[in-house]
Amino acid sequence: MNQRSVYLDHSASTPTDPRVLEAMLPYFTEVYGNALSVHSQGRRAEQAIENARMTIARLLNCKPFEIVFTGGGSESDNLALRGAAIAARDAGRGNRIITTPIEHSAIGRTVDQLADHYNFTKVLLPVAATGTVSTVDFERLCESDTVLASVMLANNEVGTLEPIAELAAIARERGVIFHTDAVQAGGQIQLDVQQLGVDLLSLSAHKFYGPKGVGVLYVRDGVNLVPSQSGGSHENGRRAGTHATPLIVGMAKALELASAEFETRTAHYAHVRDLLIEGVLSRIPEAQLTGHPTERLPCHASFVFLGIDANKLLIHLDMRGVAASSASACKTGNPEPSGVLLALGYDRSTALGSLRLSVGKDTTEDDAAYALDKIVESVATLKKLSRVLG
Amino acid sequence: MSRPIKAVKIMSKNKRVVVAMSGGVDSSVAAALLVEQGYDVVGMMMRLWSDEAMGGAEHNRCCTPEAMEDAQRIAAHIGIPFYVLDTKDVFRNKIVEFFISGHRQGVTPNPCMECNRHIRFDYLLQNALALDADYLATGHYARITQADDGIFELRQGIDASKDQSYVLSVMGQEQLSHTLFPIGEYPKTETRALAAKFGLQVESKKDSQDLCFLGKNDYRDFLAVHAPEIMQPGPIVRKDGTVIGQHKGLAKYTIGQRKGLGVTSLEPMYVIAMNPYRNALVVGEKHDLGRDFLTAGRINWVSGTAPTAAFRATVKIRYKSDAYPALVTPIGADRMQVQFDEPLRDITPGQGAVAYDGGRVIGGGIIEKMEEGR
Repeated sequence: MNQRSVYLDHSASTPTDPRVLEAMLPYFTEVYGNALSVHSQGRRAEQAIENARMTIARLLNCKPFEIVFTGGGSESDNLALRGAAIAARDAGRGNRIITTPIEHSAIGRTVDQLADHYNFTKVLLPVAATGTVSTVDFERLCESDTVLASVMLANNEVGTLEPIAELAAIARERGVIFHTDAVQAGGQIQLDVQQLGVDLLSLSAHKFYGPKGVGVLYVRDGVNLVPSQSGGSHENGRRAGTHATPLIVGMAKALELASAEFETRTAHYAHVRDLLIEGVLSRIPEAQLTGHPTERLPCHASFVFLGIDANKLLIHLDMRGVAASSASACKTGNPEPSGVLLALGYDRSTALGSLRLSVGKDTTEDDAAYALDKIVESVATLKKLSRVLG
Repeated sequence: MSRPIKAVKIMSKNKRVVVAMSGGVDSSVAAALLVEQGYDVVGMMMRLWSDEAMGGAEHNRCCTPEAMEDAQRIAAHIGIPFYVLDTKDVFRNKIVEFFISGHRQGVTPNPCMECNRHIRFDYLLQNALALDADYLATGHYARITQADDGIFELRQGIDASKDQSYVLSVMGQEQLSHTLFPIGEYPKTETRALAAKFGLQVESKKDSQDLCFLGKNDYRDFLAVHAPEIMQPGPIVRKDGTVIGQHKGLAKYTIGQRKGLGVTSLEPMYVIAMNPYRNALVVGEKHDLGRDFLTAGRINWVSGTAPTAAFRATVKIRYKSDAYPALVTPIGADRMQVQFDEPLRDITPGQGAVAYDGGRVIGGGIIEKMEEGR
């Protein structure tokens, strides 16, 4: 059966832009040297990598040596937290790490590990029902022995944007290193590290039409890191391992395109997102928008459906050609309520009914209309099924 | 009366089938056969409940992470979508509760039959139909045929040694009309050959007789946690009520058991009944075990209507037992009395009694408690 398929899971991953792929291709078969090698093949690879570094530094408004290439968003988060926390404590600057209960697990579990195995003290910043943290709370919690704070720029599940510039300014006054996980915000929000005032910032290429398996950690000059991955002298000793030249080149190209097309892309995202939000809220009485109504990622629409099992909803949508996601759903049929929604104050059963729709640059109004019809259909079918099963 | 057998459902290009996959050879071959026959096939596995409190993170045997990976891999190999359906709560509420309450009443329940009744051919079937499927398919060794008058019939699989019609006897017309058993037409050896033909890399897993939700635990340990009151010591009594010893909890014994009773007697003593109201284990001599009569309740008549008169049939009283000749008398809509031609030793309340006309299932129900031990 040839049925239409609509991909609404761009927050999970985006397709690699053909222009990005084209930029990458020579670096598989033509320029294949190891960037650390002395010979011309090595030098050509090194040149491509340094060009990519300069491009990204220009787009993020920082110096090239402040850019560290990593294997992706999770790795950037790990390096930032473990690296900065341990280095700062070694320098005698205290023991406390402040973060939020709604971070991606790459942050949450890394902070837990630092607390459980390395004797750091974890402090959680509360969040409002919209998912927003308060600068006043942060100021209060930012005590003198705090070494590091990590707050995400945009939440992956509910799309809420956090007041990073204000938080980072407070941290700077107190001498606290400030990290932000900007993985979801890549390509969605203008990322100027000077305006944001952060010390560390994580990005992942595949969220903005780049390849999977490559990311960036911005490290402000003067912030010391103990490497997570030790070995060779790559990346100034901050991240060992042979450079993935094609991926790095692709990431720079993708960020360049995202920046050049920023206005048109984000306007389009927000337009289609609003069609989805209005459509769902007006046609499905059980639906509630989660996250902040306005301070949210342009591509991101998230809901809870009261009395609906998100796991089944995703199966029904997939069978109807609509790719979406839910924080509580999992492939092994063992759904757990999303920790983010619990932190926002939703109860367990409501949190089991979450749905995330995230649009991309090629998502059309027609796609949104089709997806809306299929969501309405699926919810109606599932309600009928619940009645049949009693 | 035997009706002519005819192939039941015409295979169809645009019919959708949800196939219940376990990662094992039978359901994998079933799925591959359906794909070959041109159905629009969707693979599905149920995530069932397991007693994580007892066994740590012990998984239900029907859906271990390995089994899930196997099923996922096979689905990808034959090119069908694959989903896992969260079935934990309904399984806990319907099947595990049934198991525990059966033991509380002093019977030996058959949760597999109950699972087919409430989980596979209700919860899963309804979920399949909600996905616009025309059929649910499983890897059972049984066959569905249709009589000239349109009535669906449940029959033993071709391979009598693997026949699973006993545990499927809970299926009615509605269920049968929406079910396919693709491998019921094949002997087990041929199923293996088909697996090879389709290039399915399926580990041959040992058939386990243990209950899926117990993990590595013994059912007695399970009951000791979930129904501690029925694991209390109590008297061992003769039929006349004379106390001759002490038992260690009724659920630790089965009808017909001789060893481990710890009573001294001139004649060997056997468990012949249990009396949960007095927490008494009733023992007797070998001849007390022999019984040629049973009553069964909650009968499902496969045709949808109870026979109007007594009839001759063969009756199975356990999954692995033979079918014994008997006279079956329907009582009302959902009970039956079975008078066997010869006495049987191991008629066990709680197990199924299933009546056959040759290879065709007429109906089945649950063996009720007998009158001894009062």
